[in-house]
Formats: sequence, structure tokens, C-alpha cells
Amino acid sequence: MSQATELPVTKGPLIYRQSIWTRVTHWVWAICLFFLLLTGLQIFNAHPALYIGNESGFEYENAILEIGAINSAAGPRGRTILFGNSFDTTGVLGMSGDVARPTFTAFPGAVTIPSYRDLATGRVVHFFFGWVFVGTMLIWFVASFINGHIRRDIVPKPGDLAGIPRDVAEHATLRFKHGRSYGPLQKLSYFTVFFILFPLIVATGLTMSPGMDTAWPWLLDIFGGRQTARTIHFTVMLLLVAFFIIHIIMVFAAGPINELRSMVSGWYRASPGTPKAEGDRP
Amino acid sequence: MSRLITRRNFLRSSALAGSGLVLAGCDQFDFLGDKSNPVRHVMEQANVLTYNVQRTLIGDQALAREYSASEIRQGMKPNGSVEPSTPEYMFLKMQNFEPYRLTVKGMVEREVSFSLAELRNMPARSQITRHDCVEGWSCIAKWTGTPLGPILDMAGVKPQARFCVYHCYDNIQRTLTGDILYYESSDLVDAYHPQTILSYGLNDQVLPVSNGAPIRLRIERALGYKQPKYLHTVELVDDLSPFGRGKGGYWPDNGYDWYGGI
Repeated sequence: MSQATELPVTKGPLIYRQSIWTRVTHWVWAICLFFLLLTGLQIFNAHPALYIGNESGFEYENAILEIGAINSAAGPRGRTILFGNSFDTTGVLGMSGDVARPTFTAFPGAVTIPSYRDLATGRVVHFFFGWVFVGTMLIWFVASFINGHIRRDIVPKPGDLAGIPRDVAEHATLRFKHGRSYGPLQKLSYFTVFFILFPLIVATGLTMSPGMDTAWPWLLDIFGGRQTARTIHFTVMLLLVAFFIIHIIMVFAAGPINELRSMVSGWYRASPGTPKAEGDRP
Repeated sequence: MSRLITRRNFLRSSALAGSGLVLAGCDQFDFLGDKSNPVRHVMEQANVLTYNVQRTLIGDQALAREYSASEIRQGMKPNGSVEPSTPEYMFLKMQNFEPYRLTVKGMVEREVSFSLAELRNMPARSQITRHDCVEGWSCIAKWTGTPLGPILDMAGVKPQARFCVYHCYDNIQRTLTGDILYYESSDLVDAYHPQTILSYGLNDQVLPVSNGAPIRLRIERALGYKQPKYLHTVELVDDLSPFGRGKGGYWPDNGYDWYGGI
């Protein structure tokens, strides 16, 4: 992408940035989250409503989200009720697919595994990847604690907080400094994902298990009941999807080849002017 | 110095990334719905792992949470079979379940059976618990019944018995070749659990037909499909393969995990 006609660009050093632990866990997670998301939407479709509290209100109102279909004068329509506000979501939520023969599922078959209604299979695949996800998380935490990845790249330091305004300005103008460590916003994002969202989605998932609620009843107390835990599980899913979208956009914005190389081989081209260190390649 | 990222490049890349998000349908993974698929078989082992880990983590006697009476805010939502139409059941219902007997058989020292009146005269247990359906919803209700454990002891469970199979009256599925009757099973840990009761009362009323009259088994540490309604026989066995399609229950035969604790 550099323009050859301009002054020669001094290259920064090639640094070994991502350890084998970071790279392998990254891709295993990517696969897990893909299946967990699509089977999770399948499971959600079995009862497409979210509630606050211990139970689901059938004779009283404690739902915050309901996705379904209704009959209107103009025929069936997809309808989503969020915090009491009703939205026509025909074509996306509640009713989707072929106009002549629509499917009446909350999330369309294009984003569920399997593509048809099959709660049993959704659960089998969800729990399989749930185990792989949690196992990978344990490996990542131990490896990243030992090899310094958490300390160096994930936990924000006081200096990082002070550097946030500048980092925001750099992101806004798409000028990225590719350094040896992560930037303040990167650290904050990854810290949020690893230390808040990942543990939260696992813990709320476990809270939905009647077996785990017996083993660890405090799960019900910290999340405010099984149905609230289910709602949090869903909300964290949305946040992880938002993270994924920003993550992919940033990879493209910051140089997809360099970013992808660092997550495959570990080697990353730092910005010109980055001080050289032992182990770097030219 | 040139800027590596121009706005045009950025927009182009973003559009590319965005288009990658639009999944072109996921029917390429529909093969996982085939119950004989070897990949699915591997994935199902995760449920075996869940069962073993939960059996290790949860004390055999640990109780599922019980709620206070004020937390019963609605009736118990009926689901699955709500009106069995087998001749045997319809006859019993017509007779107000007078001729009903609960039978314990199989790998026991002596086969025993009890009428509804005898079951109601046994020591009772009431518990206000949360019923978690595999679909995702929950409902809190008060269940009253007699614990299964002492009844199993009356029959004398033989040491080689490993599971209880629960046979039910309801025709959960009607096919061209006949009715498929609901059945479920559990290990002996769940069968002997103090909250595992043969319930005949729901929210201080006689258990209604839509919720499993005359007897519904409660296994409180598992999902709703492990709580068979319209129960008539408890059979002690060491192998689940002779029943139904061999997976230990109507829903397990249809691809759901047998343990049902998650």
C-alpha cells in the first residue's frame, strides 16, 4: 500500500510480538465463538424471550425482550418487543426468508446452526465448543500470565490511561503507531474481553444449569436469578459480536497483511522509528 | 512520510470486512443434525464430560435451591403432553385414578406396587423449586409428594442395578405405526436424592392432568424433560439400550443429552 514514488519509507524492525500460546488460542477461540454464537441463537430460538428474575413471567410481565410473529391486517409480520416498545422486524427477526414461504423463527436460519429448528443439535454443538472455549481460556490465562502477555499487553498501566486521549485522536485520524506493546485502547478492549466478558459469559452460562445452581448456589445470587443470568448471557453475546466487528475493522484499518502475519507467524512490522531490540529482524 | 492508510483504502477494507460478516447461510453445518454423524458423536462426548464433572462437583445429597412461598407468582406452565389419550390413561382419569398403581420392578428383591391413597399416606415432602425447561424458560412452583428413595428401599434394589427407568402413560408422539410413550431414566444418585419425589400435589392442590396427574416425578437438579409426568412404573435396570431407541428417554432418543443437568 506504500507509494513507491514518494520518499523511501524507512521500515521499522520486524518484531516477534505474538507467542505461540497467543496465536493458537486466538484461532481456537475464533472457531469456538463462531459455533457458540450460531448454536446460541438456535437455542435462543427455542424460547425467544428474555426476562429479569428467577423465572419467566407467563401470567405477569417481567420480559425485556420478546421476538415473535403476529397476524396483522396485512398478513403475518415479525415483531420484536424491547423494553415494552414494539418494532416491526419482518424479514430479520420473528419472520424471515422467502416472502412466499416465510420461516417463523426469532433469528433467521442463515445465522443458526443447524439452519432449521433443532434445539437438541444446537445444544450438543454449543456445549462441545463451550468446553473447548473454557479449556482454551484456562490455557491462555496460565500461559499469558507466565510469559508476560497479560502484564505487557492486556492490563492497562497508569501511563496507558493518560495516553487514551492521544490514542483516540490517532484512531480518529487512522494514524496507528505499531509498537512493541499494545496501545491504550487496545489494552482496554482486550482487558474488557478477557477479564470481564469471557468470564461473565461462562459464569452466566453455568448459572442456567440446574446442576451447577445446586453446586454453586451463589451463582443465582450474584446474577439475580436464572432468567437474569440468561439475559446477561445474551447481552454479553451482543457485546462480543460488537467487539468482533470492531476488531475486524481495525485489522483492515491497521494493515491486514501485517496484522494477520503477526497472528499466524508471530512476526510483526513495527512502525518506523521503533527502537530496535535484541531478537528483532530487519 | 506517506500515510499507509488512506481514507479510501480504509473504506474499501471496511466494506470488505463487513461483507464477510454477512454469512451466506449456515446449512453447511446441517450434517451435525444427523444423529449418526461421527462428528456429532464426538461432540456428544462433551455431555458425558459435563455429567462426570457435575457428579464430582455436586454433592450427591446437595439440594436444589428452594424458594419461599411469596416467590410463587403464577401457575405451573404445562408443557409437552398435557392431555394423554391412551385408553389406559383415559380409563384411569375417568375413574379419578382410583385403580392407579405405581409399580417398582426390574432388578429388585421384590416387585412392589402402591395405590395413590397409599402413596399419599406415606411421609410427604413439599418443596418450592424452580422448574427449568430445556427451551430456556423457568417457573417456580410448590411440589408435594413422597420421596422415591424409601420406596426403592422397600422393593430392595439389587446391587447390579445402575439406572431407574420411568415408564409413563402419555403418548407424547403419535405415529403411523402406533403411539410412542414417554419414558425417562436417571442414575441412582438422582433416584435416591432427597428432593426426588413422586409428586401428587402442585401449589397445594391435587396435581392436575396437564401437569402429570396422578404422579409426576421431580428430579430437581435437572431440566424439565427429566421430570416424567403420568408415571406408572419405575424399573431398575443395568442397561438403558433395550428401551425406546436406546438413549434412556424420549427426548434423549431425539438427540437431547441424557443427563439433562445443564
